[in-house]
Amino acid sequence: MATDTGGLTGRPATPAEPAPVSGRRPGDAGEPAVRVRNLHRSFNRNGGVLRGVDLDIAAGEFVALIGRSGTGKSTLLRALAGLDRDVEGYGQIAVPDAVSVVFQDSRLLPWKRVLDNVVFGLPAGDAVRRGKQALAEVGLAGREGAWPHELSGGEQQRASLARSLVREPRLLLADEPFGALDALTRIRMHTLLRKLCEAHKPAVLLVTHDVDEAIVLADRVILLDGGVVGADVRVNLCHRSQADPGFAPLRAFLLERLGVKELEVAA
Amino acid sequence: MTATGAIQTLSVGRPSTVDSGAPPLDARVVRRRLGPGRRIRFAFWVGPVVLLAAWAIGSKAGLISPAVLTAPWDVATAFQDQWADHDLLGDILASLERAGLGLAFGVLGGTVLAVTSGLSRVGESLVDGPIQIKRSVPTLALIPLFVAWFGIGQEMKIVTIALISMLPVYVNTHNGLRGIDGRYAELAETIGIGRGEFIRHVVLPGALPGFLLGLRFAVTSSLLGLVVVEQFNATSGVGHMMTLAEEYGQTDVLVVGLVIYGVFGFLADGAVRLAERRVLGWRRTLEG
Repeated sequence: MATDTGGLTGRPATPAEPAPVSGRRPGDAGEPAVRVRNLHRSFNRNGGVLRGVDLDIAAGEFVALIGRSGTGKSTLLRALAGLDRDVEGYGQIAVPDAVSVVFQDSRLLPWKRVLDNVVFGLPAGDAVRRGKQALAEVGLAGREGAWPHELSGGEQQRASLARSLVREPRLLLADEPFGALDALTRIRMHTLLRKLCEAHKPAVLLVTHDVDEAIVLADRVILLDGGVVGADVRVNLCHRSQADPGFAPLRAFLLERLGVKELEVAA
Repeated sequence: MTATGAIQTLSVGRPSTVDSGAPPLDARVVRRRLGPGRRIRFAFWVGPVVLLAAWAIGSKAGLISPAVLTAPWDVATAFQDQWADHDLLGDILASLERAGLGLAFGVLGGTVLAVTSGLSRVGESLVDGPIQIKRSVPTLALIPLFVAWFGIGQEMKIVTIALISMLPVYVNTHNGLRGIDGRYAELAETIGIGRGEFIRHVVLPGALPGFLLGLRFAVTSSLLGLVVVEQFNATSGVGHMMTLAEEYGQTDVLVVGLVIYGVFGFLADGAVRLAERRVLGWRRTLEG
């Protein structure tokens, strides 16, 4: 397993390093896509944000990460994305080579048209064809030539999803991707994201503050509390909706673990 | 209403009870527009045409005496005379060559320095200080030094114009570059592109609004520089023509020179603004 010391993330991309996960063989079926062990991260010397996180995500598994603000959800996601250069800490991380990140803001470059944003950074060749296909998949066929500011918030986020998926990631990291959308758009985006993930089967880590969203979307919900994994619950719903009889108890359990009292839930 | 079947549609369409006694007026406050509003056709030409008209009417009515400012038609005659007998076209081309070459070197230099100092901390520490010091020394004050270094020929003139037009490009491009949202850099990192592609697709387009603003200042600066350097031992150029006119007391020819400089500046600025509108189509601003 790649050992991570200091601010470096042990991404297995560097050829000099040994196999990132101990005993990993190419094509090993049971191998988790993400493996995190004893991850510590702190923004200054005294206060630790992550205090020993252990986490496995299986290939194709959809994991939602919830927790109160400031519990390090985003810190964990950024560590997996390799974006935590200036953060102190140690621990072991192994992630696939192909990682895509979806941010809360769509982060489309305003000076590139939608299609150019989607294929941004892809090697030429069939990039345009794949980009168009990805846009069609997220329901934006015909908007290839639009400027980002001409799209609605939901459409911008769809374009950003297309930009992530066209890279065929083995791991999709999403940091509150629907946080800035209105409630109706959000419901549509939930359906779209599930559909896309079932089609492309990346492992997914979705950071959200919305317990309902976590339950409806994820195969597993992980609760971060005090810098460690406080709960790790498999979601077993027959239908992915709030109408499922399993929904309410799970929601109550998670909210309680988040410190929301029953009275507050009822209100 | 517990079961879905019990959901009743309470009202369809618009509410029927509008107070029948109320006058059917638009009782809203229609807001005053705060932005500049719609584009005016040929807006670019309105100001200059008004100025020209004021000049013509003033001269005709005798409000502007010819000793103060030559009348437009006399300037036109002087223009014709210079064009036919004194190779005005050659002077104009010589001036344009100087200003154009100086501007090109200045813009190139300013852009390269701005990208160097905007993207690397080492570059910034080496480049930014000297440039800020240079900013506080007027380039025109350096001309005697340049004369000593480069002589009084074409080189000195082009170096002066280049230096004078480099500064606004540097300052505004650097500013635009540093103003690029850091989140775009983060996105580029997650996408895994190299530094070259980052510069091409994120840095340069992001700094373009600043660069173009700098370019507008640079164009006018280069003409300012032109006016000054052409007083130094020029044997051709609009400035040369004006120096001669000054010696012979030909006010009308002086005004011809001034008008040519003005037209240069006006057209060059218009060209940059047109380019701005073309290239910055992605922006949503008051410009509209």
